[in-house]
Amino acid sequence: MNVRAQISMVFHLDKCIGCHTCSLACKNIWTDRPGTEYMWWNNVETKPGTGYPTLWEDQQRYRGGWDAEGKLKSTGKAWIVANIFHHPSMPTMDDYYEPWTYDYQELFNAPEGPDQPTARPISLVTGKHIDIEAGPNWDDDLGGSPVYAANDPNLAALTPEQRRQLFAIEQLVFFYLPRICNHCLNPACVAACPSAALYKRGEDGIVLLDQKRCRAWRACVPACPYKKTYYNWSTGKTEKCILCFPRIETGQAPACFHSCVGRIRYLGVLLYDADRIHEVATMPDEELIEAQRSLILDPFDPEVLAAARGNNVPESTIEAAQKSPVYQYVKVWKLALPPHLEFRTLPMLFYVPSMAPVMASRQGDTLDHLSQDLFHDIEQARVPIRYLANLLAAGSEARVRYALRKQKAVRWHRRSVTVGDVDAEVVRRMLREADCSPEEADAIYRLTALSTFDERFVIPPGHREMGVETQQDPLMHKQQAGFGFIAGPRRGL
Amino acid sequence: MNLAAFDRVLYVGLPYTAIFICVLISLQRYGWRIFTFSSLSSQFLENRTHFWALVPFHYGILTVLLGHLIGFSVPRAVLAWNGRPLRLYILEITALVFGLLTLIGMLALINRRLASDKVRAVTSVMDWIMFAVLLFQVGSGVYVAVFNPWGSTWYAAVAVPYLWSVFTLAPNTAIVTQLPLAAQLHIINAFILIGLFPFTRLVHILVVPNPYLWRRPQVVRWYGSR
Repeated sequence: MNVRAQISMVFHLDKCIGCHTCSLACKNIWTDRPGTEYMWWNNVETKPGTGYPTLWEDQQRYRGGWDAEGKLKSTGKAWIVANIFHHPSMPTMDDYYEPWTYDYQELFNAPEGPDQPTARPISLVTGKHIDIEAGPNWDDDLGGSPVYAANDPNLAALTPEQRRQLFAIEQLVFFYLPRICNHCLNPACVAACPSAALYKRGEDGIVLLDQKRCRAWRACVPACPYKKTYYNWSTGKTEKCILCFPRIETGQAPACFHSCVGRIRYLGVLLYDADRIHEVATMPDEELIEAQRSLILDPFDPEVLAAARGNNVPESTIEAAQKSPVYQYVKVWKLALPPHLEFRTLPMLFYVPSMAPVMASRQGDTLDHLSQDLFHDIEQARVPIRYLANLLAAGSEARVRYALRKQKAVRWHRRSVTVGDVDAEVVRRMLREADCSPEEADAIYRLTALSTFDERFVIPPGHREMGVETQQDPLMHKQQAGFGFIAGPRRGL
Repeated sequence: MNLAAFDRVLYVGLPYTAIFICVLISLQRYGWRIFTFSSLSSQFLENRTHFWALVPFHYGILTVLLGHLIGFSVPRAVLAWNGRPLRLYILEITALVFGLLTLIGMLALINRRLASDKVRAVTSVMDWIMFAVLLFQVGSGVYVAVFNPWGSTWYAAVAVPYLWSVFTLAPNTAIVTQLPLAAQLHIINAFILIGLFPFTRLVHILVVPNPYLWRRPQVVRWYGSR
C-alpha cells in the first residue's frame, strides 16, 4: 500500500444555479492575459449541450483519455515522433472561439453622420474586425438547442423517444455542469507531455504545468479528455487550472470555490493507494466506479494510517482527510460520482447528480414533485437516468439511481422532521430502500444545506516547511512580486 | 581588401564568430531565459495547411541534416559508397527528393504565415528574417544538388576537410574557395544561420524531448528530494 493524499472536490449539481461567478472569479485572477482570453479554467456548461470546447466529450473526434489496455488514445510513445510536427487530433481556436473586444473608441471618435456609431467587435488575436461566431457559453441555457444541445454525445445512448421528450417544448429541461481540471489520479495530460512539463504534486495531488519546461509540443491538449489544458497561442506554452495552489497553500479555498454563490463546492483530502492506479484504470467499464471507490482509503483504518505515516503523509493532512467532506459524499454516502470515468484518467472531482429538474414529473397541467409511489418519479424523470449515467457513472444507471434515491429519501425524511405532513412509515420505508439511516440522512442534510465555510473546505496546511524554500535565502525575492519565476512570461523570438 | 583577405573573413572569421555566438547565446538563453524555449506552435490557430507545410518541411530537413552529419562524420565511407555509379545515383536522388520536400514545406509554411491573419499575428520580425535566411539555405542547397553534381562526393571530398579544419582550429580555405559560387553561398549562409540560431525560434531543436521515449508515463514531483 502506497498511501498518498489527494485534494479532491465535490460539486453538488442540485445547488448550481448557473451564475458563472466561479468562471469570472477564476478569469479575473488567472486568465486575463494575452493568449489566455479564451481559456476558461473554470467553465459552467448547460447540459444537455455540447460544452466547451465544442463536443469535448466526443473522443472519436479528440481521442482523449486512455483505452482499456492502459494506452493513451491520442499519442502513444511510438506515435509522438510522428505527431510532434503535426498533432492529428489537436483542437483549434475554432473549436473554442476567437476572443474579442469591442471598438469602444469608435463611439467617441466617429465623425458626425446620419447613423449611430457602433462598437464593432475586434479580434484579440489579429486586431481586426470579426463577426462573432462562437463564445464560451454559446449554448447557455439551451440557447439554440436544436443546433447545439442536440449534438451532445451523451444523448447517443438514449432512445429517439427519450431524446424527443428531453427537447419537447414546455418540457425542456437542463441543468448546469461546472467544470474545472479534475486533478486526475491517472492524468492523460501528464503521461502525454513529451517534455515532462506536466506533473502531479506528490503532497496534495494537484496537477501543474511547469512553464519553464513546456515546449509547445501540445500533446497534452488532445490527450486530456476533459479539454482542461489550454494552449496559450501568445507565449507558446500550455496553461491549466492550478487549483489556486497559492491560495490552498495559505489555507484559502480556490477562487472558484470561495466565490460560489450556490455553495455547491466542497474540497477535502482523500487518501488513496497509488500502487493500484494502473490496475484500476485498466478495469472493464462496468467495474470502474467501484474500483475507483476502492482506491480511496478509509482515513480511520489503523492499517491505512500506519501506511500513510510510513509514507511521510503529515499528521495534519491525515486529520484533514478524516474531516473531509469529499470522503463523506464519495465513499460513505456514495452520492457523488466521477464525470466520464470511462475516459480512465480517474478524475478526482465528483458530482452529486442533480435532483431538481430530474424529479419534476408532469401531472396534467401542473408539475408534481410529490408522487406517492416513493421512487417512481425518479424512473419517470424528465432527464432520463440513462443520460446522467452516461455523464457521471460510466454508463451505470444503478449508481445514479442509488444517489438520486438517497437524496430523495433525505428530503422526505427532513420534511417529516420539519413539516410533519409525511407518513412516518413511508419515510422509514423510503430510507430503508434508499440504504440510508435517519442519522445518515441528517448528516447528508447538514453537510448539503447548512455547512459552514470550514466544513465545506477542509484544507490541510501547505507544509512549506518541507519544501525547498527552507534551503533558500528568505530575502531572495525581496521587493519582487509574483509566483514561480520572476521574469515576465514573454514570448520567445 | 584583396580577395584572399575577403575569403579569410568569410571562411575563418565568420565560422568562428557564428559558432561562438551560437554556443554562448544558446547557453545564456537556456540558463537565464528558459521560458523562451518553445516550438511556438501555431497549429492551434490554423490547422489545415499546417499539416502540408510542417510535416514535409520537418521530415525533409531532418533527413538532409542527417545526411550532412553522416558526410561530416564519415567522409571516407561516403566516398567509398559513391564508388559505384548506381549507389551514387541512389544517394543523390534521395538527397534531392528530401531537399525538394524541405523546399516545398518551407514555401508552404511561409505561404501559410502570409495567408492566415491569425498566424501572421504571432509571427515576429525575427521569424521573417530567419525564414529568409533558411529559405536561401534550402534553396541554394537544392540548386547545388541539381546544377552542381555530384554534391555528395565533393561535399565529402572538399567541404568536409575544410569543416574539419575549422573544427580542429587549423582553418584551411585553400580548396573550399575553388567551389562553385552556389556551393560557397550555401556554406557561408549556413554559418550566418548558425550565428542567427540562438536568437530565433529554431532553439527548439535543442530541447527535443527524447527522454519521453523511456520515461515512466506519470510524473510526480515532491517538495525537496525524495
